[in-house]
Amino acid sequence: MKQNDLILQTVTKVAAFVILLFAVAIFLGGHYSPGGGFVGGLMTSAAIVLLLLAFDLKTVTAILPIDYKFMIGAGLLISSLTVAGGLLFGVPLMTHAYRYIDVPLLGHISLHTAVLFDLGVYLVVVGVTMTIIQTIGESE
Amino acid sequence: MNNLTFLPVLWPLFTGILLIFIAKRIKLQRWVSLFSSLIGIVLSMYLVFSVHSQGILTLNVGSWEAPFGIVIVADMLASLLVLTTNIIGLAILLYSFHSIGIERERHYYYPVFQFLLIGVNGAFLTGDLFNLFVFFEVMLMASYVLLVLGGTKIQLRESLKYIIVNVLSSSFFVIMVAYLYSVLGTLNMAQISQRIAEVNQPAILSVIAIGFLIVFGLKGAIFPLFQWLPGSYYAPPIPVMALFGALLTKVGIYSIFRTYTLMFYHDQGYTHTFLAWLALLTILIGVIGAIAYWDIKKIIIYNIIIAVGVIIFGISVMNEQALSGSILYLIHDMLIKAALFLLIGIMIKLCGSDDLRQMGGLIKQYPALAWTFFIAAISLAGIPPFSGFAGKLLILQGAGESGNFLGMAVVLLSSLMVLYSVMKIFMYGFWGTPKADYRSAAVPVNKMLIPAVILVAISVLYGVATEFMYPFISQAVETLLNPDIYIKAVLKE
Repeated sequence: MKQNDLILQTVTKVAAFVILLFAVAIFLGGHYSPGGGFVGGLMTSAAIVLLLLAFDLKTVTAILPIDYKFMIGAGLLISSLTVAGGLLFGVPLMTHAYRYIDVPLLGHISLHTAVLFDLGVYLVVVGVTMTIIQTIGESE
Repeated sequence: MNNLTFLPVLWPLFTGILLIFIAKRIKLQRWVSLFSSLIGIVLSMYLVFSVHSQGILTLNVGSWEAPFGIVIVADMLASLLVLTTNIIGLAILLYSFHSIGIERERHYYYPVFQFLLIGVNGAFLTGDLFNLFVFFEVMLMASYVLLVLGGTKIQLRESLKYIIVNVLSSSFFVIMVAYLYSVLGTLNMAQISQRIAEVNQPAILSVIAIGFLIVFGLKGAIFPLFQWLPGSYYAPPIPVMALFGALLTKVGIYSIFRTYTLMFYHDQGYTHTFLAWLALLTILIGVIGAIAYWDIKKIIIYNIIIAVGVIIFGISVMNEQALSGSILYLIHDMLIKAALFLLIGIMIKLCGSDDLRQMGGLIKQYPALAWTFFIAAISLAGIPPFSGFAGKLLILQGAGESGNFLGMAVVLLSSLMVLYSVMKIFMYGFWGTPKADYRSAAVPVNKMLIPAVILVAISVLYGVATEFMYPFISQAVETLLNPDIYIKAVLKE
């Protein structure tokens, strides 16, 4: 019997975006308030998992055609390149730097290389969680 | 500031990441990991010579001063072990090309291999207790994957045991770190040592020392905590087994080296006597296992336990001869155990069985294999021109000097039993009449033999050129005997 989950799917379409936005907010606010790459990544994958629950694996892969294993690799690469940046500038590895920059619309903000490291963490967390869930979901 | 110190960890990390992206292209993976291993050896050799000429090298990661940030410390012991690890990594990689099989290679064998090297190198080089824990976990996670990769029945069963034991011991590690932190308020090894010296190791710190011994003993398989090892090491394919046998237990031993010479050395009457008894019992258990079995994998596995006992006994004696003996023996044992596993791997492939009673007469068709095995076997037992001799001799001298004659006797008798156990393999496996025409087995013996020959050759050189190696060893021992050198190098006072 085919179930009718119209309500679930409609709510999901709205809620997934809200969750994603919240995840990005948490990720970007990590330096000054609780949050950061790890929870941000978990929450992003929570949004994708919600999509998986409301629709099915095929639909979600069609919406987000991402190979999550490559995503893990990309995250690791970004983080470790940030670490290795010290080699280029002749300072100890993992030394971070920041600078205040005037960005149009956003105004006078500080950009810190730790964010790049965190971006790597974010990608790895999303990649790992989604790989686990997808693999278990696919296996018979 | 010296970024070189961390390169032996960073380099395999980048290789591992690159290999994730090219996981389906096996030829390319092989070339990339081979190239990376060669570079890794060059880097670690450069590290050894830099430490030799400049003394201990430290790196304050992230430019934070020593007790506050994580510090990477390359002293001579750590750099020698990193070099040995890289050499063994290269040999096992070469061996894997012809024996691990396409299916495993496609499922991220090479990336995980690199991650194991990251964990081992990192554990050797770190100067921070919690960072040591993290590198332990990196190493263990990779070893879980390597153990279970392939998914045969025995692998699934044994990896379950292995994971349970290691999860338990890791949580115990965290608990011990928590205790130590609440007593001393620091996690930097140099500062821990300094603060223990200030309070002169009261009873609570001796308790924590024994706690750490339990943790590292579980990783390194010493007497009452070794039961997981024979089964777990029996399950994986030969290259993985060689990797485990040569590297994993030795990281536990290295950690005992660090904790018992750098930190908890004030109450030796208690902690080090305890260590000595456990070491002797470990040797005893290993010997019983090594002479009991007819299964060649089991024989070599129990020889790991014997070697662990001998090295730990050297640490427990805590004088110059015994410590340098232990270090010499540790490096020798890593090389020769890897070589022996690779050699018996070829034997098992040829005979199609790991039971000695099913084998025989291999020497008629494969003389090179037989004589390489013979040299490896007598090196293991410690026959004079070869590599196991100098280390054991120094351990015996050290024990004699401190008056531990029981220990001397046990170590000497254990050598005899080691010789008996490996000669049993040689005599039953290689002598006699061939049980079958082994040439029909279609095994690429020559290609698989090359890495084993490289390892045996290095260990023979290592034995013959002990005189050349000795300055390096004595530099390592100097740091172990005088923790002040280490503390000064790290805390820059």
